[in-house]
Amino acid sequence: MNLQPILVESLSQATAQVFSTMLGVEVVRGEVTAEDGKQEANDGVVSFIGLAGEWAGTGSVSCSPVLACRICATMLMCEAPAVNEEVLDAVAELTNMIIGSVKTDMETHLGPLGLSIPTVVFGRNFKTKSAGSSEWIVVKFHWEDETLQVRICLAPSGRSPHVMLHSGGTQACALDV
Amino acid sequence: MESDVLVVDDSAAIRKILQRVLRQTGMAIRTIHEAGDGQEALEVMNAHKVDLVLTDINMPKMDGLQFLASVKASAHWRQVPVVMITTEGGETKVGEAVKLGAAGYVRKPFTADQIKEKLAGILESAVPL
Repeated sequence: MNLQPILVESLSQATAQVFSTMLGVEVVRGEVTAEDGKQEANDGVVSFIGLAGEWAGTGSVSCSPVLACRICATMLMCEAPAVNEEVLDAVAELTNMIIGSVKTDMETHLGPLGLSIPTVVFGRNFKTKSAGSSEWIVVKFHWEDETLQVRICLAPSGRSPHVMLHSGGTQACALDV
Repeated sequence: MESDVLVVDDSAAIRKILQRVLRQTGMAIRTIHEAGDGQEALEVMNAHKVDLVLTDINMPKMDGLQFLASVKASAHWRQVPVVMITTEGGETKVGEAVKLGAAGYVRKPFTADQIKEKLAGILESAVPL
């Protein structure tokens, strides 16, 4: 079964619905790409959530600190001048809702899937690497001048990726929220 | 009669949103208690009178289904309505929650109106504790 078009459609709908419902914002879908699991340098906020079952993998949302603060301020109707615990929590919950919705969609094709508690990372010049060899589907969404990337990788259990974090910067930290 | 509500979610963001939504429902609410997981929620229920619970399912330490089972197994709390508010949309989790005695189920993402609609009537029809 070619999961890619199903995943892209599910990710797109889930992201649009979460932004529309929880933030009252219409995001614009941008480029869709496929990536391998090679290391890439990241700056900003990255949130991960694991999926497990007969198929397993990881869902991820990443954005700039500016967009993370904007998401938090809009979602919670509060001031968010800098990335703090509240901002990280808001991004983690956004990821939980987007990937949770995709999980529900995919269960009709792949059987029951479990969802982990999200982990969110904020830092500069850190790298993430997938231990598996599967391809990641990356969908970009635009909110005014900022871009949000939603990624997912799903593969039959046994060759699914687990994300490892390598900090190359000075301010990387991980929080379970 | 004013009600005391308990909101259970490991996300402080969702607890904050639910607090706001609950205040907007027009329901007579005296206090909104918060807990970050099922274990903490049971501690809150031991310490305070609670008339309604809104809980997530996926949480650390004790998840929402384990918490629901504990509430429904207690002679003291079994009449307290528990509404599940969660990303879990699979039939298995929904079925388990219903089987355990959940009073309702709302999927995240949610609108304020969906929460209001779900809660309409629940507090009025609840058996006085």
